[in-house]
Order: sequence, then C-alpha cells, then structure tokens
Amino acid sequence: MPKAYVHPTFPFAPPPELAAGAVGKTTVAVVGGGPVGLTLALDLAQRGVETVLLDEDDTTSHGSRLICMSKRTLEVFDRLGAGAPFQKKGVVWNKGRLFFGETEVYAFDLLPERDQAWPAFVNIQQYYVEDFLARAAQATSGLALRWKNRVVDVAVAGDGVTLQVETPAGAYSLQADYVVACDGAASTVRHALDLPFVGRAFPDRFLITDVTMQADFPSERWFWFEPPFHDGQSALLHKQPDGMWRIDLQIDADSDPDAEVREENVRPRIQRMLGPDAKFEIEWISLYTFRCRRLERFRHGRLFFAGDAAHQVSPFGARGGNGGVQDADNLAWKLAAVIKGDAPAALLDSYEAERIPAADENILNSSRSTDFMTPKSPAIRDFRDGVLALARDHDFARRMVNSGRLSVPAVLTGSPLNMADTEPFAGAMVPGAAAVDAPVKGPEGHDMWFLETLGANFTLLIYGQQLSLTEADVDPGLRLLFAGPGGPDVMDHAGRLAARYDLRPGTGYLFRPDRHVSARTRRVSPEWVQAALARARGKAIQ
Amino acid sequence: MTELRTEDRLHAPDEVYQALVDAHDGLSDAESRQLNARLILLLANHVGDHQVLAEAAATARSSVLTDRDG
Repeated sequence: MPKAYVHPTFPFAPPPELAAGAVGKTTVAVVGGGPVGLTLALDLAQRGVETVLLDEDDTTSHGSRLICMSKRTLEVFDRLGAGAPFQKKGVVWNKGRLFFGETEVYAFDLLPERDQAWPAFVNIQQYYVEDFLARAAQATSGLALRWKNRVVDVAVAGDGVTLQVETPAGAYSLQADYVVACDGAASTVRHALDLPFVGRAFPDRFLITDVTMQADFPSERWFWFEPPFHDGQSALLHKQPDGMWRIDLQIDADSDPDAEVREENVRPRIQRMLGPDAKFEIEWISLYTFRCRRLERFRHGRLFFAGDAAHQVSPFGARGGNGGVQDADNLAWKLAAVIKGDAPAALLDSYEAERIPAADENILNSSRSTDFMTPKSPAIRDFRDGVLALARDHDFARRMVNSGRLSVPAVLTGSPLNMADTEPFAGAMVPGAAAVDAPVKGPEGHDMWFLETLGANFTLLIYGQQLSLTEADVDPGLRLLFAGPGGPDVMDHAGRLAARYDLRPGTGYLFRPDRHVSARTRRVSPEWVQAALARARGKAIQ
Repeated sequence: MTELRTEDRLHAPDEVYQALVDAHDGLSDAESRQLNARLILLLANHVGDHQVLAEAAATARSSVLTDRDG
C-alpha cells in the first residue's frame, strides 16, 4: 500500500429500496465506479440525466494500476470540470526514449504540435484518478453514488434492465431504463449474461512494480529492449507522483507466478536495474499475462458495455483506461440526447459503429506491440533485433520499433454520424476526428484554449465571416461561434486555429457534444447546418 | 497498386548472387542471420510498398510450403 496516499472510505447508506420494500427505479444505472464508470456517470448527470452509480467497494483502486492519462482523457476530464487536480498532481510527459542493450537508440516526442492546453500524457496513479472523479461526482446533483452495492445479476427486457444488487444492509432490485456495465475485465454483468470475451492470450508475463525512491530520472517514458540489467528481456520505467516509479519487467512465460510476485524475488531484479547503491521501497507488485480480446457486441438492447468490461488490451500503449474513457465520452451525450427526446433511439446504434472499430484499433496496436516485445521464434527475433540495430542510423527502422503505440483518440472514420466532405480540406481534422486544441482569445481578449470555447453541446464554428445566422434559426440546442483573426467569439490571434483546421473565410465546422468533428464545409447555409445536425443525431441511421 | 514483379529483371544475375555471398564472408552464423534480417529490412524500405512486400513474402512462403509437402 502506498504511504503518501490515504484511501478514503466513501459512505455507505442503506438504499431507499430496502426501507420501502420496493423495486427501485432510475433512468440510467452505471455499474462500476472505476475511471470509466465515474466519467460516464459524471457526464450523464451533468447533462441532466438521473443516474445511479453502483460500486461493490467503498474506496479507490488498491494499486496504482493505470497510470498514463492521455491528452484526450485529460480533455474529457477538463470538460467535466475535473481537470484541475490532474494538472496539479500529475507528472507531465511528452517524450519517450528507447534503449537497445546499453545504448540509447532514439528519443521521440508524442506532442509535436505544442500550444495545446494538455500535454501528451500525465502520469498519475489510478487511486488519484478515481479519487478526483469521485469527488467531482459527489458534488454533482442528480447523481446517486451507491458504494458497497454489488450487482449480482442482470435481466434485460425490451423496456429496461433490472439489476439484482447486494449490500451490507440487504439485497434489492433496481430497474433502469438503461444500464452501462463499466465493471472491468472481470465484469460481473458480462458473466451474468454469459457473453463470450473473444481474442488472443499471450503466454508472456510482465511483472509490474511500483517503487518509491529519490531519483533524478526525467519525466519521460524509458523503454529497454534487452537491457544488461534484465537478462535480455524488456523493461519500462515511468515516473509517477509522490516519488513513485513504475517499473515493468518482462519475465519468462514459464515462470512461477506465485514466486515471482514475492518481494524477496522482486527486490533483486529492481536492484540490478537501479544499481547496487540505490535505495528504494516496494509499494505494489502485480503480475500479468497479456490479453487482447473483446465482446462481440457492446450493446444488448438497453444494456451497454464500456471500458475493460467490453474490451481488454495489453497495457503498453496506455490504450485500456484511455480507450474506456473514450467509450464513456462517446456514449454519455448519445444516451442523454435519446432520453431527452432530442435524438431518435437509432443514435444509440452509433455507439457500436464507432467504438467497436476503435476497440479493434486498440487491440491491433496492442497485439503488434506485444509481438514486437516478445518475438515468437528465432527468425522473428532476428527481424526485431535487426530493426533495433538499424534504428540507430535509419529513420525508417525507428518507425518500426514498437514499444507500445501510445493512445491517441480514435478517428471515427466511417461513422454513420459523419457527413462526408464535399470540398477539399488539408490537415488532420477530418469528419470523425477528435477536435485538436489551439491557443485563442475570448471575446474580451483574454487567453483561452479553443477546446474551452466548445462547451458541452453541438457547436457550429464559422470562420472569418458574419452570417445572419442565429441559434434560433437553425436549432435551439446549437452553440454558434464566430471565429477569426479578430474574433468576435473566438479570436485566432496567432493563426493556429486556422492552420490546424484549414480555415478560410466562410468555412464552417460542426462539432459534436463529445468534441469530435462531424461535418465541415466551405460555405455555411442553414440547410447545410440542419442536414449535418440531423445526421449527427442519428437521423440517417436505419 | 504495384504488383510484385517475378519475371527476370536482372542484368547481371551472377553479380547479384555474388553480392549476397560476399556479404556473408567471414561472418558467424548469428551474424549471418542478422545480416539477412537487416538486408530484408533495408530492401523492404527501398521497395516502400507494403503490399508488394506482402506479396513477395506470400510467394516465398508458398515456395517453402511446397517443399514441405514435396
């Protein structure tokens, strides 16, 4: 257990259903109070959806577990008003270094486009992530947090989902219009419905250790292939808050897992890595085999799966937790829009249409990274070592080195909510892309980040031109932003916004509530806005 | 899309073969295996088109599997 962090005890209150002796009702029930469930519950409640979050425990994560929060995840937390503590507590990093044997092969920058509010990554232990999100959730009205509420069974009907819940004070039933299972890789909900979790298991094992020590390694991701201190296997070093360091060491596939996690066996491995004089304390040890698998469907009627409950990947690449937060980000606004009657129920079909390809992309990247780290035959190892050797002098080989392709937001190409471009655009902000940030000034000339100007609903950005267009003309749920070198709503004083979005006078972008681009045009008309909005709300889904 | 070209394209086949032989001169087995791996990687980059490379790999693989069945 870490010494610098004190685990809170969240209050358990006997649920009202027990006293009333009746079945409970709610609009949405979220199962699981990890990073994904908390993000989703916060987002739903902030959108005015009555939400109950059920968690079997009454505190935060016991180990540091996920530590790398990606830029996109931080942007989502910031949208939910929970970003500040991550900025304050987290360890910011943008750079990675790769070593082969004793020599550094190369360094890479994960945020080549600077001038954004958030860095490529912030490292922070999962217990802090859950702590910060739970505190934000406690302060949100319309969100009931039910700790020590264990879901033991699930029944899906046409008009809702019924959960059987056990608590220290007794058992009860809760009927929800929608349920989202965010209860992790060992999902009780998934098991209750006996849904197969299909994919690939890798024989290789990785030993994950957190140590505290005084050390002057920089805030960078350091990865070794065949380091001298670890018998020719892979190793990873990451900095965390509170003087804590994450060390991942690959160990033999046929090693004894019970013996490997004993401190007396871990300690010499770490000592060899850090040197004979290094003083450190071991805070947490975990061992796992890699698995890349997912559910065939993420939706079963009114029951949805998100995060590790829906898909599981190897950790190198930080695609598990960050992928799960993207699931929550994707689903919350859709559920809210359907529940409020702003969108047809078909909008919910787009959750799978968008997040299954995203999960497959994460699984593909994660499987390839694992294969690169753990060559399966001598001939394959020859290629791996050949790539690493050539990487010292050749850029093409550097791009083949795969120590984890680190999480970037999925580009939702092929989504039924996108409107295809009808005019040429340059750059990365294609329909389906997550909006990139840029430094801008607000209407009063104060510095802002572009993403802050987008708000939580649909936003139409019009560049360099005042049209006689008002929100009321097109849609009451639409936020309208006029941008240009001189404002008025968004002042692109440095021209970064125009460069990153290829903006010209008259260009319009429609952003979804989750801040993905859904459509863009060189000439905005009320008809175009209405067509793009209708499509983004799922009205074209059959 | 470019296709893998398997017709005879060599102006000096003996020179090509000799270059491969010479490259391995005096190397240990382990070094030779590394040489082959790096050579393939360098040529793959020269080719540039991953579909051509995949086609070449499939052709080579099928040739190997024919030997196995042979």
